[in-house]
Amino acid sequence: MHIDTPKKLEQWRRDCRKRQDSLKKKILVCLGPGCLANGSDKILDEFKKVLKDKKAKDVSLEAVKKTGCHGFCAQGPMVVIEPGGIFYAKVKKSNVAEIIEKTLEKGEIIDKLLYSDPDNGHKYTDYKEIPFYRHQVRISLRNCGQIDPDNIEDYIARGGYAGLAKVLTDLRPKEVIETIKKSGLRGRGGGGFPTGRKWESCAQIEAPIRYVICNGDEGDPGAFMDRCIMEGDPHSVLEGMIICAYAVGSREGYIYVREEYPLAVINLQKAIETAREYGFLGEKILGSDLSFDIRISRGGGAFVCGESSALMKSVAGEVGEPRAKYIRSVQKGLHDQPTVLNNVETFATVPVIIDKGADWFVSIGTPKSTGTKAFSLAGKIRNTGLIEIPMGMTLREIIYNIGGGIPDGREFKAVQTGGPSGGCLPADKLDLPVDFDTLTKAGSMMGSGGMIIMDDRTCPVEVARYFLEFLVHESCGKCVPCREGLLQLYKYCTKITRGEATEADLALMERLSKTIVTASLCGLGQSGPNPFLSTVQYFRDEYLAHIRDRKCPGGVCRELIQYVINDKCTGCMACLSVCPVGAISGEKKKLHVIDQDKCDACGSCHDVCTFAAIDIK
Amino acid sequence: MNIDMNKVTEILERNPKEPGAIIAVLQDFQREFRYLPVPAMVKASELLHVPLSKVYSIATFYNAFSLTPRGEKVIRICKGTACHIKGADKILEQIEAGLKLKPGETSADMKYTVEVVNCVGACAMAPVLIVNDKYHGKVRCDQAMGKVKRG
Repeated sequence: MHIDTPKKLEQWRRDCRKRQDSLKKKILVCLGPGCLANGSDKILDEFKKVLKDKKAKDVSLEAVKKTGCHGFCAQGPMVVIEPGGIFYAKVKKSNVAEIIEKTLEKGEIIDKLLYSDPDNGHKYTDYKEIPFYRHQVRISLRNCGQIDPDNIEDYIARGGYAGLAKVLTDLRPKEVIETIKKSGLRGRGGGGFPTGRKWESCAQIEAPIRYVICNGDEGDPGAFMDRCIMEGDPHSVLEGMIICAYAVGSREGYIYVREEYPLAVINLQKAIETAREYGFLGEKILGSDLSFDIRISRGGGAFVCGESSALMKSVAGEVGEPRAKYIRSVQKGLHDQPTVLNNVETFATVPVIIDKGADWFVSIGTPKSTGTKAFSLAGKIRNTGLIEIPMGMTLREIIYNIGGGIPDGREFKAVQTGGPSGGCLPADKLDLPVDFDTLTKAGSMMGSGGMIIMDDRTCPVEVARYFLEFLVHESCGKCVPCREGLLQLYKYCTKITRGEATEADLALMERLSKTIVTASLCGLGQSGPNPFLSTVQYFRDEYLAHIRDRKCPGGVCRELIQYVINDKCTGCMACLSVCPVGAISGEKKKLHVIDQDKCDACGSCHDVCTFAAIDIK
Repeated sequence: MNIDMNKVTEILERNPKEPGAIIAVLQDFQREFRYLPVPAMVKASELLHVPLSKVYSIATFYNAFSLTPRGEKVIRICKGTACHIKGADKILEQIEAGLKLKPGETSADMKYTVEVVNCVGACAMAPVLIVNDKYHGKVRCDQAMGKVKRG
């Protein structure tokens, strides 16, 4: 079917909705990365198999849908039954027949599968009532977990391509740019540059060709928002890019997807082909004068390729080394032509802004950071998963109201945002509102949206060392301050974690950091010392404990701690069998002993002990 | 090691014959042979008019490429931030000890390759261990070797 007028699109949308409504019940099985690893694909197959074998009342085979990430990864594999948003957590294959029989056929709720609040035992039926979801506002994630990414009709029924139809019929390119400018949308990849201004600069330059590129490199460790959008709602990214192409006058676009996301490549490729088939990509889109097509460019697993100039080199088939940006890529980007580069979440947000208007978007968030931001919550937090919140929500609200706080009765120590370019904020910064400018001022940054929570068993020095190791490995090596400077910073940081450093070393590290920030060529080096600088700013006492007292307060740095077995030991032999260096001796049902000369303090014994019989000293 | 040159030709034919396609071609080689064989790189260099030195430069720049053959089972340990603070190092140690391999190495019988990856975007289930394409989440260090052996 080829949709060649906006009118036909609306007709088709009505048909899609009618078809969706004819399904009296829908079973949504999350196939996001978290649920999938816990076997949700087998649950999906089981639903199909059971429904095929038996004719269930009011339930057809089409009612079973696979979706992208629904968000609440900690409770996966999850199954949602609509209408009513009935949320079944930690579903097993063996529950499927019961769900069909009780919930789908008889409309009964299966109590044992409902999510129960660990604090008060309250059980929730509708997922929208669960605190994890209740405090969220979903714009870029609007369809994630709600639609089958392979089924364009699902996207259309939920208002898909309405934004595109609106710009093609009602708005001139300049007006599109004005709308985006007025909405205050800022780049969701981390930098926070105003999207409308970027589009405007690109459109103003005389050039034979302009490019639109979507940055799906998502290299920050601990971030997976873009992955879930690309996998779970690929058309929203395409629609945003097509609207951008219309605004800036582009005919050619690329989506750069990182190597580690094979499913994102598959789903985007399918979406591109479907969009071409229906006339949303290609020549004369929806019967207008707009012609635009998109190709996927697969990354090669290099973190630096998330940087705009390096990414464009990689798209052109070269080594991804950044260049100095005296001339910005919006002027001279891919193949030296004007190029708009935005990230996945930014593009996915655009169609909604067009559809609902700039004023609506401005009404959400804060004056300087409008709208919402998606984050991936991970680390030492109860409710790990994918969330989207209005800008301006405090870190405390995110971590405690949505995230459910710190598990295992531990204390909060720090929250890390912005990946290797960001920083760690301590407990007294928990009431800061999350927006671009506040986080930067506090010494961290918004970044692309990874939010990693650390408890009191985390060592900030070791975390800084970890990020520096990452950056040393990922530095492209082109400029000296980054290549050599970060390496030295890493070496000194390692010295501290081993208890071998002096306070003079710490002062040297701070001086060196300033040089790296000032003299590096691209963002990787310029922000590279941040993990060190922010931890030394907020956790200086822990740095000093390592240096002066040769102690690691977090109980992490191996050279500075000892594992000792206490008298709670039951002699179960679990630690003994897991010790990689054979340092533990003991007999069954007798107290075990760790030989401190052999022990390299890896902590494996501590992890497997279920009797709290191993102390860290 | 002998490689099937017909496969090389096949891959080169289905990609555009322009210098810009070099990364895509190398990715296809990597997928097919699990590494980049020298004869394949030479052929690509000639056909796409990219100097061999540049092909080598690309092959060594990107983490996705390997110049030595990888084993039947590629074991990847995620070292993203979330996995790191949840003990990815301990899992790596168990695997290093169990297979007697360091990251980047392949066993002599070509059965196992151990790799460390930055982040696979499955942070909610940290720490993550990937055996070929199968993801294992919330892995405890004492379970790691079992998952490696079973698949």
